[in-house]
Amino acid sequence: MPETTTRALDGAADVRDAGGRRVSGVSIRLDAVTKRFPGQDAAAVDAVSLEIPAGELVAFVGPSGCGKTTLLKMLNRLVEPTSGTIHLGDEDATTQDPDQLRRRIGYVIQAGGLFPHMSVATNIALVPRMLGWEKARVEQRVDELLDLVGLDPGAYRGRYPRELSGGQQQRVGVARALAADPPVLLMDEPFGAVDPITRQRLQDELLQIQAELGKTIVVVTHDIDEAVKLGDRIVVFDTGARVVQYDTPEAILADPAEQYVADFVGAGASLKALTLTRVDDVQLASVSTARVGEDAPAVVARARAAGDDDVVVLDGRDRPVAWPSLAELAQVAAVPSTVDERLPVVGERATLNDALDTMLAASQGGAVVTGRRERYQGVVVIETVMDAIQRTRTATSG
Amino acid sequence: MVDYVADRADQIAAQTLQHASLVLQCVALGTLLAVGVAVLVQRSPRGRAAANAVSAVGLTIPSFALLGVLLAPFGFGVTPAVLAVTFYAALPVLRNAVVGLTGVDRTLVESARGIGMSRTATLLRVELPLAWPVILAGVRTSTQMVMGIAAIAAYVLGPGLGGFIFTGLSRLGGANALYSTLTGTLAIVLLALVVDLLLVLAGRLTTSRGIRA
Ligand SMILES: Nc1ncnc2c1ncn2[C@@H]1O[C@H](COP(=O)(O)OP(=O)(O)OP(=O)(O)O)[C@@H](O)[C@H]1O
Ligand SMILES: [Mg+2]
Repeated sequence: MPETTTRALDGAADVRDAGGRRVSGVSIRLDAVTKRFPGQDAAAVDAVSLEIPAGELVAFVGPSGCGKTTLLKMLNRLVEPTSGTIHLGDEDATTQDPDQLRRRIGYVIQAGGLFPHMSVATNIALVPRMLGWEKARVEQRVDELLDLVGLDPGAYRGRYPRELSGGQQQRVGVARALAADPPVLLMDEPFGAVDPITRQRLQDELLQIQAELGKTIVVVTHDIDEAVKLGDRIVVFDTGARVVQYDTPEAILADPAEQYVADFVGAGASLKALTLTRVDDVQLASVSTARVGEDAPAVVARARAAGDDDVVVLDGRDRPVAWPSLAELAQVAAVPSTVDERLPVVGERATLNDALDTMLAASQGGAVVTGRRERYQGVVVIETVMDAIQRTRTATSG
Repeated sequence: MVDYVADRADQIAAQTLQHASLVLQCVALGTLLAVGVAVLVQRSPRGRAAANAVSAVGLTIPSFALLGVLLAPFGFGVTPAVLAVTFYAALPVLRNAVVGLTGVDRTLVESARGIGMSRTATLLRVELPLAWPVILAGVRTSTQMVMGIAAIAAYVLGPGLGGFIFTGLSRLGGANALYSTLTGTLAIVLLALVVDLLLVLAGRLTTSRGIRA
């Protein structure tokens, strides 16, 4: 597998994988890793060997109590392995100072694990400050990260966790974990505590961050749909963290290794199309766009000429804020800056399933698609989703 | 009474200051000790139970009795007074510090360890700040309680406003005896109110906006 290497400005190697994706992560290699808790007969994790390639997102799934969390915590040594070795890149993680090791591994837990007595900025700055970064560099980094996770630094820097919604807390948790640019990010059921629509947005954002940064990410989840959507690969575990199947989502859905996996994934063929096909795999409809503050009659005329009945309004950073009809726009002089809280938005790596959910939740026949940093990409309409289902139906039955 | 107070304004002021200084220093010392002990015992259930038992039983010891016991080795003077007052000051803080530290969400401690904070850093930057409002409530209780106990400590010739109360009580029926006792008592109550107000203020200044009630 040829890898092209160029020197980036910060001096770090800018490595890309075969698909041209930037990789800043390192591989993780487990050899016969075992954890036996005192006073328990069966090992919680029993001689697990596993290799996670650099820059990939791997999802851990399996029944409750099978050892997913224990295995994850052994990667940053919150739990000390009873035996076995763990390598991050070329380094043996089991021989390092655990505190030093953890500062180079991002760790995100459910609800973010933010410290309630520290502001958002202080929370995010913790690791860089422990690493002795200069004040100015830390401040700049905090703003950069807030921006990366889609929060306006000016508005959120000084807030306290309790002044944030669950989804925003989770975003800050991700920002904090990424603060010192760690090659590895560990996430334990990160999106378990938020509502389905927010969860889907957070998943989309994680995929976008992953595409942008190329970290090695391990996500523990008990939601197979989440695993299919997020994972480049999925590890299906059974009791004692026995690896039942380790493969791509497509392979696991198409060819479950054991009856147990088939039961666990248990989705019908047409539903698989919905969970496996991404929004950026289908044809996006292009709709006329307008800028906040633009002259409304001009926008209406332009959209009419293009044969559109509605317009997607973008803010100064190309992020969609509203999706008014021409009739609505005809009533005003300038395109308003009002943000439509119920605007159906999906990320480009969202699944068709997500897109459908979002449309249904907003009672709309389409959803706006965004790419990196929530920039507008196009619109996916319900007919496209239906076509995709129809096509797999015919493909599987014929 | 007004004349009585006016005549002795200097003496009253001096004794009030002495009383306040005894109480504040003992509370500060007691708080340090109590928080230290709480940190040490907090991780083990047995240690927590022991600490709670000590603070519950300790508070039932009559202060007169304790002072009496301390007189034997130390004699009359400041030392037994300071020892007794510090002992009582430490107890409510100990109980609250154990409760406060135990009440810190374990996932936050794990989160702190997970991002690479050392044990000490986790204690100083996460556990103690989060337990602080509860600890401070203990400090307030302790200060109020010790105001009275410090008065009794004047019996063993420690410094403070207790002198007025005991002089008055011992000469009850005599001239100004009632005034003397009343003056001491009122001064203590006023001092207690002022100090409590200051503690509330200190609490607001030292508790993060993110966890303030
Ligand atoms: N600190 C601990 N002490 C003793 N036993 C533990 C400890 N942590 C986990 N276990 C045990 O180890 C096993 C695996 O637990 P683990 O938390 O890894 O499961 P999990 O796969 O993450 O489950 P879930 O999906 O419910 O989070 C369980 O049987 C659990 O009871
Ligand atoms: Mg778990």
